[in-house]
Amino acid sequence: MLIIRKFLRDVPAMMGFAIICTVIGIAVFGSMLVPHPHLVFESDLLRRFEPPSAEFWFGTDNLGRDIFSRVLVGTQGALTVALTVVAVAIAIGVPLGIYAGYTTGWLSELVMRVTDMFLAVPQIILALAIAQLAGRGLGSAMTALALTYWPFFCRTVYAETRRLRHSVFIEALEGLGASRTRILFAHVLPNVASPIIVRATVGMGFTILTTALLGFLGVGATAPSPDWGLAIAESREYLPDMWWAATFPGLAILFTVLGFNLFGDGLRDLIDPKLRRSRS
Amino acid sequence: MGRLLLRRLLLALPALLGLLVLTFILLRVVPSDPSTALAGENATPEQIEAIRKAYGFDQPLWRQFVVYIGQVATGDLGNSIFTEQPVIRDIARRLPATIELVLMALIFATCVGIPLGVLAAVHHNSAFDHAVRVITVGGLAIAPFWFAIILQLIFSMDLNWLPLRGRLPVQVQPPEFITGLYMPDSLLSGRLDLFLQSAHHMILPAFTLSLGSLASITRFTRAGVLETLQKDFVSYERAAGYPDRRIIWVYVLRNSVVATVTQIGLLFGALIAGAVAIETIFDWPGIGSYAVQAILTSDYKAILAVTLVVGVIYALVNLVVDIVHALLDPRVAEEN
Repeated sequence: MLIIRKFLRDVPAMMGFAIICTVIGIAVFGSMLVPHPHLVFESDLLRRFEPPSAEFWFGTDNLGRDIFSRVLVGTQGALTVALTVVAVAIAIGVPLGIYAGYTTGWLSELVMRVTDMFLAVPQIILALAIAQLAGRGLGSAMTALALTYWPFFCRTVYAETRRLRHSVFIEALEGLGASRTRILFAHVLPNVASPIIVRATVGMGFTILTTALLGFLGVGATAPSPDWGLAIAESREYLPDMWWAATFPGLAILFTVLGFNLFGDGLRDLIDPKLRRSRS
Repeated sequence: MGRLLLRRLLLALPALLGLLVLTFILLRVVPSDPSTALAGENATPEQIEAIRKAYGFDQPLWRQFVVYIGQVATGDLGNSIFTEQPVIRDIARRLPATIELVLMALIFATCVGIPLGVLAAVHHNSAFDHAVRVITVGGLAIAPFWFAIILQLIFSMDLNWLPLRGRLPVQVQPPEFITGLYMPDSLLSGRLDLFLQSAHHMILPAFTLSLGSLASITRFTRAGVLETLQKDFVSYERAAGYPDRRIIWVYVLRNSVVATVTQIGLLFGALIAGAVAIETIFDWPGIGSYAVQAILTSDYKAILAVTLVVGVIYALVNLVVDIVHALLDPRVAEEN
């Protein structure tokens, strides 16, 4: 309980929590909050290039669509993509990491060599290559991100499991004849859960940034999606006059990622006593 | 030391071999029938068969892989369909631009990040520390490609202080080729005017690229210094009456900066990845913008060649980092 109370007093982490709740709220109820529902996808050529005003808070874009409405609707896409990518990466990386960390032998060795192979190139480069080969679009961008993100979870879980392997309680369980599945999932997994949670929280922010970058470079979401990265790319042609079209989607990215990072940092401090000491 | 170097080299080999496997899979195995793709839509079955033979696609996969390794080893990575040049030559021509950009970003991030981290740790929980924390958290949350555009809007389009794109003004001849890095080259050939111009072009791209690394370096240094400050030797040195400044900037820093140095290897990867976006925005003629151009034109060979080259650079950088780590902390060398 003490630790929870301490966490509740961590102002930046609670700010992050509030931001995450807000963003999730927007993602779920966004379509109801949109002030100009008809101007999300439909263009209104009489209202092109309008700067931010009381009616259009974030202005309108080159097709006369309301940027505020589009940013709100885009939230859902950004969160869904990030959540899917992180979930798939966990589903692949965690079991492999636990298995490779607990056992020895050629299979464990193979898993880690494959992991190293993926980690030998910066994620975005591999993701770009895979996204391109899989055909352009949001689906292949997500596949590419998930396929290149699991090694990070695998590495973390592998290291943690290796550390636990020779601890007394695991040896005791082995001595009592517990099955390997039972040891791995009922005993090792809960013990490696906290670094996974921290990595997943920070990974949400990271994946939102990477997805936006893929959208910006033209290998992610395709028009007329209200994707934030794509919106920034589309605005470039009309700069510097239409500055608002580039500014607000980027602020939405900043706000969302900031939420996950602040919350993730708070969690990390809570879990890693070494870092916690350094903060007080 | 020699043994450490050898060991690290041997460790880097499997990862590089793995990278070859991965690019091979992406190039030959994933596209279901590369010869049909190469032959085009209206090809007759005979033409497809001819291409299959000519490119060796009728051979067993392992033999194709051996041939592929041979090609990579001799630097034959095929021709780009966009520039119609050998991709390896394209990359060699564009690599210096990326190296210069990444190095400048790294130098900036290190020279600013380490002092910021030390000062934040020394004055921890002060207003300064909180300000640094806001900057570091923000630096990691901001999308660099967006921030670059915003800075372009302010400093290039509105205020007109900094150039919008490129390494030099269009009409200016680059300095004589020595290293390919414009700033050192112009100094070496005694062209101060070119040096200033290329430095002027470097400011925005290098700054936006460095932001994430700056944040990481600051955080690591701060955490490291805070931890070291609690060690007994610091209390001893304080008791012995060493000046505070010497304790912090010499003894504490050396003991805490080791963790930061190992981070720089990872940061280098992040910087090369970041260069993909930054180079595209600033029309910087490096391998990052080359990769994006290759992707938009479906230039497979160019994409995979960039992947390979970046992988090799990444492995080399990590090797150098390990060596520097061992030099800074002799215990690491002994452990091996």
